[in-house]
Amino acid sequence: MDIGYYPGCALHGSSNDYGSSVRACLNALGARLCELDDWICCGATAAHSLNHMLALALPSRNLAIAERQGYEELLAPCPMCSMELLKARCALTASSDLREKVSEIVELEVQGKTRVLNLIQILQKIGLDAIKQRAVRTLKEFRPACYYGCLLTRPADTVQFDDCEQPSSMETILCALGAEPVQWNYKTECCGAGMTMADGPTTLELSHKILSNAVAHGANCMVVACPMCHVNLDMKQADIDREYDCRHDLAVYYLSDLVGLALGLDEKSLGIDRHFVVKR
Amino acid sequence: MSGNSHATESDVFSEANVAACYQCGKCSAGCPMAEHMDLLPNQLVRLVQMGRFDRAMRAEAIWKCVSCVTCSTRCPKSVDCAAVLDLLRQAAFEQGKVPPSRRRTLLFQQAFLDNIRRNGRVCELELIGVFKTKAFAKDWDLLKLMEDAPLAPKLMRRRKFHFRGERVKDRGLVKRIFDRCNSIKLDLATSENS
Repeated sequence: MDIGYYPGCALHGSSNDYGSSVRACLNALGARLCELDDWICCGATAAHSLNHMLALALPSRNLAIAERQGYEELLAPCPMCSMELLKARCALTASSDLREKVSEIVELEVQGKTRVLNLIQILQKIGLDAIKQRAVRTLKEFRPACYYGCLLTRPADTVQFDDCEQPSSMETILCALGAEPVQWNYKTECCGAGMTMADGPTTLELSHKILSNAVAHGANCMVVACPMCHVNLDMKQADIDREYDCRHDLAVYYLSDLVGLALGLDEKSLGIDRHFVVKR
Repeated sequence: MSGNSHATESDVFSEANVAACYQCGKCSAGCPMAEHMDLLPNQLVRLVQMGRFDRAMRAEAIWKCVSCVTCSTRCPKSVDCAAVLDLLRQAAFEQGKVPPSRRRTLLFQQAFLDNIRRNGRVCELELIGVFKTKAFAKDWDLLKLMEDAPLAPKLMRRRKFHFRGERVKDRGLVKRIFDRCNSIKLDLATSENS
């Protein structure tokens, strides 16, 4: 199965552990990721905060490239990217005037036809049975708190994925592989996302609440599908412990890490050795 | 209403459906940043309904927002509160009305966009360098300048530190996209009765 692939800046930068993980996991499941030619940044929070036309144009350029290359589906494992791509797609499909205007701005015709998928949707597409068939070990020692954060399920009418208040798609996949996800309260609360650099104390506070609730409900690790969530919960965990005088000691995995481990992949090829909090 | 300062159908906020808000406060109840805001999300929507853009634009709250979109998702009247805050941020930025206490957040967003304009993709080290230097030039806060420095060797050890970031091939195109988008400014009604 060939899939158009939009890694986004984070997966090629300091979240390259997620990039390795997604590639290794999906390759093991028989999916080949074909990276878009000369893709550009989606603009993220900065674009939608300061220039709404730019926030539409940057992802539209990538949708246009995907269309030119003939991909009907595009995997964007970063929820910030996938949400921006989907927002642009919705706007483009709703108005022919806008399609014309944006096509001119990005110098390539764009219709907004490409379907944009997150990591969980690709795994669902491959199918639970196919994943289970290839699994060589159980995940029964993992009691993860599955954390969805903001943009996997919001805005609900744009992303149209799972339940925006009580999502359970990650739990379904991990349960099938033997893990025992915990029930907890902060599945869709925000970790502070892209404010890490601009407003550090905010992200520490929000992420501390999330980690504390996961621990209180008996989790022995967390599972995410977002590079920003991982930065705030994993890389910043030592800062959180220092700020709030506690010790969460909670390893944070990407969903593709745990699925990859079940498939028999090693920690190094999944990039788990590049995480900050390591515990097994 | 006399004075015609209320938000109208043709207003940039009409797409966010602000007229439908009946002040139930559900947006603010679910907002993770509400306790740190000078004006709550429902109050900002009300100000926009009344055409009091200037007051809304000068709120610290719009820069405390973390864009989690919980407000829009839970609104029983489908008001896109998150989009309202986006528009307020853009208007405040364009009209130079960002409160001094929140300029650091604006500086970061600007540095982020400048970075993409130059490279087409985010070059993290360059972004952090430019942002930290510009922030330091404003606040002379040495602690903030250096707070993330201890991360550098840890990132290096994890092969997550890139001295040279990636750049797209067609950077001229990226600049042209930016220039075309930057030439389109938000057009808010300027009449105020506040």
